[in-house]
Amino acid sequence: MINGLKRLVNWIIHTQIWLSIFRQGWPNTERNRILTILNTCLFHLHPLKVRTSGLKVKYTFCLGGISMFLFIVETITGVLLMFYYRPTVEYAYQDMKDLEFAVTFGLFLRNMHRWAAHGMVLTVILHMCRVFYTGAYKPPREYNWCVGVVLLVLTLLLSFTGYLLPWDQLAFWAVTVGTNMAKATPIMGAEGPFHILSEMSDMCFYLRGSVNISENTLLRFYVLHCIALPLAAVVLMSIHFWRVRKDGGISGPL
Amino acid sequence: MQERVDEVKPKEAVSEIPKKPDKLLAFPHLVFKEFIALMLVSLVLIIISMVLNAPLEEVATPTKTPNPAKAPWYFVGLQEMLVYFDPWIAGVMIPILIIVGLMAIPFVDKNIKGVGIYCFRERKFAFVIFTIGIVVWFGLIIFGCFFRGPSWLLYLPWESWDIHKPVISKGTYILPLYIGVPSVMGYYALGMWLPTLFARNFFRALSPAKYFVTMFFVLSMFGFIGKIPLRFIFDIKYVIHTPWFSI
Ligand code: HEM
Ligand code: HEM
Repeated sequence: MINGLKRLVNWIIHTQIWLSIFRQGWPNTERNRILTILNTCLFHLHPLKVRTSGLKVKYTFCLGGISMFLFIVETITGVLLMFYYRPTVEYAYQDMKDLEFAVTFGLFLRNMHRWAAHGMVLTVILHMCRVFYTGAYKPPREYNWCVGVVLLVLTLLLSFTGYLLPWDQLAFWAVTVGTNMAKATPIMGAEGPFHILSEMSDMCFYLRGSVNISENTLLRFYVLHCIALPLAAVVLMSIHFWRVRKDGGISGPL
Repeated sequence: MQERVDEVKPKEAVSEIPKKPDKLLAFPHLVFKEFIALMLVSLVLIIISMVLNAPLEEVATPTKTPNPAKAPWYFVGLQEMLVYFDPWIAGVMIPILIIVGLMAIPFVDKNIKGVGIYCFRERKFAFVIFTIGIVVWFGLIIFGCFFRGPSWLLYLPWESWDIHKPVISKGTYILPLYIGVPSVMGYYALGMWLPTLFARNFFRALSPAKYFVTMFFVLSMFGFIGKIPLRFIFDIKYVIHTPWFSI
């Protein structure tokens, strides 16, 4: 039985299909392990060899990787939610109710998208703290720290724009409070110091697409949330990861 | 042959060759740990998503304002700052200063020690300032989330929001300009000047521009935090009040 299984595995990993995907043999020798990293698209993000000190869980607490993983979870659950959600005042709330009561696993999907989003805000902030406390922003990593700060802002904006989409009381008024602040922008806001613009053309108006939160705001936030901000985040994350490598891999003593 | 050449090398020369850091193959050492982390996070996420439902209240009604209208937790810190500052500071200037200040950190921190380890001793100043910022930030969030009720009044977490509370003043005193402006200017001037006398090493280690930028952000942070006790203890509404803007 065991032998039969072994022979089956042996046969599978020598088929042309398997070898076309995994070019190296089973990773039980040093050579094959190196080739695994080099040949696998996902793993090639990593260098061949990593500092032993950086490998300790207590060094990174895996927070950067977990942030990225939660972002991937958000992308997957988000795309699935988009199948059921229509960003109009007429349907948005109704679709939320349908997700809750009519769609199979709809509630689970929505919960996962919501909690992973909160989790990501938290892990990104904690990741920033770990980078600070290990001095990992110091030369040559200044630039990557700044890319990180922009990623933090993007993460917050993604969460904020997503908050409006259920179109319930919580969403509507939280976003009212949030966007109201833009009115107070100096010069550019209708109620800020030295204001020169009217309520019909200030910062807040451009955020909302109208004087008060309306259908236009919902559409704007939807497009930002589902297209513009995730795209920007993906681009910046690519730069971020590329830079980790270019800056000499994970930081370490010495 | 090779070995004999090595033997002739003086000891000091050998020890001067920079040591290469210890390294291990990323596969399996790193990838395996990442896999475990991924599984654990997935597990926690799945369990939370099964037992906790994302909130969904009544449909949005523009004419019915809930009281209080709280922002999501990561913005509650800013909302709490609205108690102490006008919106143009709490909602616009503070976020901008935080973002720019964070980005400035690697460029003003000349101290190259303490990389790659969690280390307090070699970078006390940076460590203390950053920690104060983070602690105050999360303190404000916790306070805003759990200690604020209707009309943003102070309610203890276990108190019912039905209890009627007297409205607390948003501060009554407005400092006259001839006190407010000099005291704010004096605060920044003294803050810039005193370290040059009493923390000479810190001052000397930085170029003038870096010193100025560092102190500007540090003093601004403490200035913003300092307004909180000013409001609570002395009931001060504005330190500077003009027809155009107030601080
Ligand atoms: C046990 C948990 C983890 C540890 C100890 C860890 C550690 C590390 C280390 C040391 C690096 C830097 C490698 C280098 O020197 O270039 C790194 C980078 C990275 N990690 Fe993780 N990580 C963990 C979890 C994760 C997870 C769950 C993911 C994604 C699903 C992930 C994705 C990444 C990516 C994309 C990079 C950037 C590319 C690179 O520099 O190799 N990590 N991680
Ligand atoms: C969406 C948000 C982010 C993602 C997905 C992300 C991902 C990662 C990953 C995977 C690494 C590899 C090492 C590790 O896991 O700690 C890393 C390193 C790093 N991150 Fe981030 N990060 C994000 C946000 C930030 C933020 C907010 C900052 C700082 C303000 C930052 C600054 C850095 C720096 C300086 C490094 C290099 C650390 C070192 O070499 O020790 N990142 N990031």
